[in-house]
Amino acid sequence: MTLFRHRMLETGKEMAFEAARMALDSAGLERKDVDAVVLGSAPDAFDGFHMKGEQLLDGAGGFRKPYTRVFVGGGTGVFVPIAAWWHVASGLADIVLAVGEEKMSPLQPHPQYAFWTIFDQFLERPLGVTLLWIFALEMRRYMHVYNVSEEDIALVAVKNKANALDHPAAQLPARITVEDVLKSEPICAPVKRLDVSPTSDGAAAVVLASEELARKLTDTPVWITGVGWNVDTTYWTNRDLCYPEYLEKAARMAYKMAHITNPRKEIDFAEVYDPFDYKELHHMEGLLLAGKGEAPKLTREGVTQRDGDLPINPSGGLLGVGNPIAAAGVMKVAEVFWQLRGEAGKRQVKKPVNRGLAQAWGDLMQVGTVVIMER
Amino acid sequence: MTLSKQVALVSMGYSGFSTVTPQLSFKEMMFEAANMAYAQVGIDPRAEVDSFICCEEDLLEGISITDEYMPDQLGGAQRALCTISQDGLNGVVQGYMQITSGIADLVVVESHVKFSNVLSKRDVHSLAMDPYLERPFLDDGIPLAALEMRRYMHENGVSEESVAEVVVKNKRNGLKNPRSSYSARLTLDEVMRSEELWSPLRRSYVAQPADACVVAVLASYAKARSITDYPIWIEGVGWFSESSWIGLRDFSRALYAEGASKMAYKMAKIDNPSKAFDFVEIDDSIAFKELQHLEALGIYPQGKAAEATLKGETKEDGSMPVNPSGGSLSLGNLAETTGLARLLEAFETLKKKDYSKALVQSWRGIPTSTATVVVLGV
Amino acid sequence: MGRLDAGWHGCNNGEVKRLKFAGTPISPEEWRNESVFFKKEEFDLKYAWDTGYAIAKFLEGLKAGKILGVKCNRCERILVPPRMFCEKCFRKVDEWVTLRDTGTVNTFSVSYVNNDASRREKPLVVAVIEIHGASPGMGILHVLGEVEPSRVRVGMQVKAVWKPENERVGAITDIAYFKPIEVM
Repeated sequence: MTLFRHRMLETGKEMAFEAARMALDSAGLERKDVDAVVLGSAPDAFDGFHMKGEQLLDGAGGFRKPYTRVFVGGGTGVFVPIAAWWHVASGLADIVLAVGEEKMSPLQPHPQYAFWTIFDQFLERPLGVTLLWIFALEMRRYMHVYNVSEEDIALVAVKNKANALDHPAAQLPARITVEDVLKSEPICAPVKRLDVSPTSDGAAAVVLASEELARKLTDTPVWITGVGWNVDTTYWTNRDLCYPEYLEKAARMAYKMAHITNPRKEIDFAEVYDPFDYKELHHMEGLLLAGKGEAPKLTREGVTQRDGDLPINPSGGLLGVGNPIAAAGVMKVAEVFWQLRGEAGKRQVKKPVNRGLAQAWGDLMQVGTVVIMER
Repeated sequence: MTLSKQVALVSMGYSGFSTVTPQLSFKEMMFEAANMAYAQVGIDPRAEVDSFICCEEDLLEGISITDEYMPDQLGGAQRALCTISQDGLNGVVQGYMQITSGIADLVVVESHVKFSNVLSKRDVHSLAMDPYLERPFLDDGIPLAALEMRRYMHENGVSEESVAEVVVKNKRNGLKNPRSSYSARLTLDEVMRSEELWSPLRRSYVAQPADACVVAVLASYAKARSITDYPIWIEGVGWFSESSWIGLRDFSRALYAEGASKMAYKMAKIDNPSKAFDFVEIDDSIAFKELQHLEALGIYPQGKAAEATLKGETKEDGSMPVNPSGGSLSLGNLAETTGLARLLEAFETLKKKDYSKALVQSWRGIPTSTATVVVLGV
Repeated sequence: MGRLDAGWHGCNNGEVKRLKFAGTPISPEEWRNESVFFKKEEFDLKYAWDTGYAIAKFLEGLKAGKILGVKCNRCERILVPPRMFCEKCFRKVDEWVTLRDTGTVNTFSVSYVNNDASRREKPLVVAVIEIHGASPGMGILHVLGEVEPSRVRVGMQVKAVWKPENERVGAITDIAYFKPIEVM
């Protein structure tokens, strides 16, 4: 992966190249060994490109190769490896390069503006809706239904930003307190500045191989044993936002494939999508890693710390490392990979781990994408 | 079950196929097309479909993160749905892989376009170019097609008459196709007197925009056998991209189509493509491309497609029917829906006549060099 | 099954090869001072979306000062915003229903920023409002007015404040905002 920063000099193509090159190098492979390339990148509106996938293909290693771009909003980052998985599992490809790239900085005056166009053109855009509204509305609902305080939620931001101090590519690592979060500038109540992850530029890539080749290429392959994805109805105002049903469905799809019946016990740690701090709690529950309304308690008790029983976001998550949408999801997959191989350096979780999960989320509170990996 | 019969195309539905569709929003168009496809094989998408794949580009929708607006009208709410930014035919390839990977038995692939709603077509298309090196010269991409056409004609000794003949043939083929918006009975002369946009490209050589939605249902062998008596087998798939850098391409041939077809032919065990197919539905969104694609796909040797066209071999009643549907020149330029629209034509034609094998190829259009190929067998 | 192998380490030798993380960050100052090479372009992409049958009727209803919903006889839900088909049952809806123009606040937020991230002059209260007459949980997005942001509560009863008839055009903004109903 590349560094994640608010604005980088490199173009999207160049970032995709850096990440793809690094992935190939670490696998000891060359581009000629790659059978197909899958790229993920979120809205074209950020970059100001139409058919962004075509523009990026050379950087991603897709030159004169079978190449496809997949796109499920914020869920893209974890969806790219899923698409790459079916390329390999179908038997059509043995080695697939999966790249997540995002360049949000080109949009002026602020990348935030592009999110206005994700809303319904008749019923929502005329109200001047911003992406922050929908998060704030969901956060409030979650807090109301399960009686969760802003302090509980702030603990997640504190944890993740601290975890990010040990991530070499991180954009906003910091040692902050709950008080810092509560006092930070209100953006869209109850969302405050330190509750939100930044917009970023960055890219990340992973290489997938079929079983036979994997064993030849490395002594410690990490297997993808479960994949799941699910999109809920467009009508987000008709859903109770306190619980992500679509994520539970995506998780169950993955758990079924991986033969997991008790996720809380069978998943050792997870990289859960945290564009906002409350989202980590919301998603933990959707993933059935905590009961409904129970995630804040687990966080308070330190269960989700790196030395806890169920480490969540040991990488530092989006809050700490940054949020170049599609790349962030791939970053999470990469983190699970490194953790399972014991290669996460200072971020390595204390307990021995055999099975991890990476999850991303996106759209109008709609998409859940889940990947389960094991040694 | 043999390798060539792992995945079948069991039904297809459509809506629109006209220059404007004011009575239906894109969601309603999708609902109509999906219902048609599901009714043909009596399936309930809520209970039976494992995965939905939508093929669109944000900037042609005027919506960012298009997949947000896809689930409900396909029956995909709270189901495994995704969007790919690729041609609809590539969606079929992704669906094929989902089925052969074992994760799905029934997959729905959809694509739609409402060009009539895109007022800033020119600007949208110009945004597909590199901003520093290409956009200042290549406007909305049409000049690029002209540059390529000239080089192709020069290297292969192709006359303008043969390009114009493609237009005459396809527009005439479209006359009996109810889905065609732009069919016409034209003479060679009329076609060649059409306004020159960027020499040597004339207005008549470029397919005009239209609105449409097409839905395809793919099934695994066992599922296909249980829901239809007439599955069309997907015997081979391939897809390939050259480069986004225009300067790196070889304009004399469509390398991207060649690459895609090699992969598909290998899978479908086709040694001699010039003899293997009863008909082919290939991209003709810019008339000279039909000739270039025929050669890249191995239907004719390099430089020989023009001659064959002038001789009438590629007519509907010729020895190698090419685009009997009327192609994009008749159906209209349907952006990412083009591949599925052609698949629909091939699907219907294979069932109607005593044919056994067809080739469908799509190209993503200017300024891309990306193609997908599917081999269908009865 | 697939496998992941990415980043950081070499393969079989197990030796830790610390690879450099590429990327050249540009600081806000460098950006403002234009010390890096860039190109500015502005595009105004215009679209004219066909509303289709369902939304057209809904907007007509708004112009006439009414909030319309639709009913699916199979799941017996009354849906708003209206749509041509029920997404749960995947079938066409059966009839149109006139709903009340009052509702319950399902969730709300106070926005201090515009959609381009600039600060607002005055905070805006936005909410998902469950419309009375529709099935429970059927909300629409709108804004609240005539209320102190600090006094808004989940569960608050609100009523639509319509623009005068001659100013209504058939848009969601024909309702200017929702305001709290006095507690009886």
